[in-house]
Amino acid sequence: MARKLLLITATVAALAALNYIFEYGLGDFQINPYYARIINLIGINITLAVSLNLINGLAGQFSIGHAGFMAVGGYTAAYLTVNAGSSIAAAFGASVTDPIGASIVMVPSLLAGAAAAALAGLVVGIPSLRLKGDYLAIVTLGFSEIIRVIILNIPAVGGATGYTDAIPITNFFWIFSMAVLTIVITRNIAVSTFGRALFAIRSDEIAAEAMGINTTHNKVMAFVISAGLAGVAGGLSGQLFANPLSPQNLNFVRSIEVIVMIVLGGIGSITGAVLGATTLTILPEALRTFDQQFPGLRMVIYALLLILLMIFRPQGLLGRREFTWAWLRPIRKRPVLE
Amino acid sequence: MDTFLQQFINGLSLGAIYALIALGYTMVYGVLRLINFAHGDVYMLGAFAGFYLANAFDMDANPSVLGTVGVTIGSMAICAIIGILIERLAYRPVRHHSRLTSLITAIGVSLLLEYGGQVVFGATPRFFPQMIRSQTYSVGNVQITNQSLMIIVVAVILMFGLEFIVHRTKIGKAMRAVSFNLPVARLMGINTDFVIAFTFALGSALAAVGGVLVALSIPRIDPLMGLMTGLKAFVAAVLGGIGNIPGAMLGGMLIGLMETWISATSYSTFRDAVAFSVLILILLFRPAGLLGTSVTEKV
Repeated sequence: MARKLLLITATVAALAALNYIFEYGLGDFQINPYYARIINLIGINITLAVSLNLINGLAGQFSIGHAGFMAVGGYTAAYLTVNAGSSIAAAFGASVTDPIGASIVMVPSLLAGAAAAALAGLVVGIPSLRLKGDYLAIVTLGFSEIIRVIILNIPAVGGATGYTDAIPITNFFWIFSMAVLTIVITRNIAVSTFGRALFAIRSDEIAAEAMGINTTHNKVMAFVISAGLAGVAGGLSGQLFANPLSPQNLNFVRSIEVIVMIVLGGIGSITGAVLGATTLTILPEALRTFDQQFPGLRMVIYALLLILLMIFRPQGLLGRREFTWAWLRPIRKRPVLE
Repeated sequence: MDTFLQQFINGLSLGAIYALIALGYTMVYGVLRLINFAHGDVYMLGAFAGFYLANAFDMDANPSVLGTVGVTIGSMAICAIIGILIERLAYRPVRHHSRLTSLITAIGVSLLLEYGGQVVFGATPRFFPQMIRSQTYSVGNVQITNQSLMIIVVAVILMFGLEFIVHRTKIGKAMRAVSFNLPVARLMGINTDFVIAFTFALGSALAAVGGVLVALSIPRIDPLMGLMTGLKAFVAAVLGGIGNIPGAMLGGMLIGLMETWISATSYSTFRDAVAFSVLILILLFRPAGLLGTSVTEKV
């Protein structure tokens, strides 16, 4: 217990220190804002990919509507910040625009985003998880499109032009705290009874049911947690820079980007999802000059990557295995597993 | 009554397009149990093939019905070849993997065609040449353009043609056999690879007709036009009962009518949500679709 507490304190302290460097620099060193942006995006994409991996990888239920939950979380979080942010910050004697006040407002904002997205997950999950495979995929896609159309029709959050009032309050600390939290939650689920039940459902739903696992309950639970974490990612990315929330940015293509991340890393592997998210955030940036010459080329590369992966390595880079430090040791010295 | 009839005609012509595309989804699902996500993009390619063919023959300056038929057939041939290539290069290598692998591959092919289309054709919408000059006929107070009339007539003819191929020819019999049970069909000496390729060619050719017909009446075409239309056509296929050919026609018409009616009300901005709401309802209450028969899973 003491060791856990120490670990948590150390992580928070390290993230806070890094956040300080991000905001104010260290001596003469100032981080390049472009790199800072990419690093922040990596953190958000890790949260997204690992949370999607919970339902698609661990539970084996193929959802392609992650952007919908991200939208619900993002809009809720931003709406709360816009309408109640300054009074919450004022209660602590700070302002939304200064780093301390922003960090304080982030807590209720993200909680509201997560709760709204989890609720959306529950509403979507209960009916759709009765379906399997490609039908489930298409229904989750349908729900995310419906969510998008509804947002388009709410003038209070900007409708089709996007939520231009949203205040950029997200910082490095919260992005990576949430990424770490998502990884910890998913990993703990994977090694718990709940996780074992999900693995059983993934292997064979009928057999799992025969073994006394309440498949619907477990699937809906996984779906709700996954949606809630996607809502957190939405709340983070929705308040990262000015006006990132618009129905166009949160469409089908955004969901597919996250799918490609977990497929590349290996569906069912948490470290794989982290690897996929990192690779596929850096890759498009590296291709950016290319993309300016030929618009759309970035997505063409995504698409080709997806097809070639499916043909030559359908299990992704890591498959269902997890990366461990033991991989870095010479093969002969590795501990014998299983 | 007049507005009702007017919306009915508009809905039928939109529905006929959905039905033509839905047929391709349902046939491929029938033989491979695969949602061919790329099918909507084949429809887009059909419109673009028609665009380049029509411009090559300078159809905008000299419109003619015969020329239009020629362009449509050319576009059908090009899309049939594209369909066969997609099946051969992307789907056949993953056919023996899990269905999820095939589904992800299909999403990949769809993205490849959409954004590859943006790279090749450019992202800005193109104006489709007016191969047939627009005319409006009035019956009482109901207006009907020659294009929407043509869409309905051509779609109905093609559907009867498809019914003939599927139920009266040898290849149609083979398609039904493969759809019923692929391994057993192969044991009976049917060249299943050929039948699957033929199914893709047939579905893609129908989508191409849809693409050209839409472009004739709404002359703006762009590489992403197939995304939404394709998804809605898929919903139409599910609504009618996936794998069921008359079901796809019925589903397409119903989706078209519903969308047109919604567009005419004050909820027109919710138009895109209609198809998906229908999909969710139908999957919850009658997953086999209107005309489909449900199959119990045996353990």
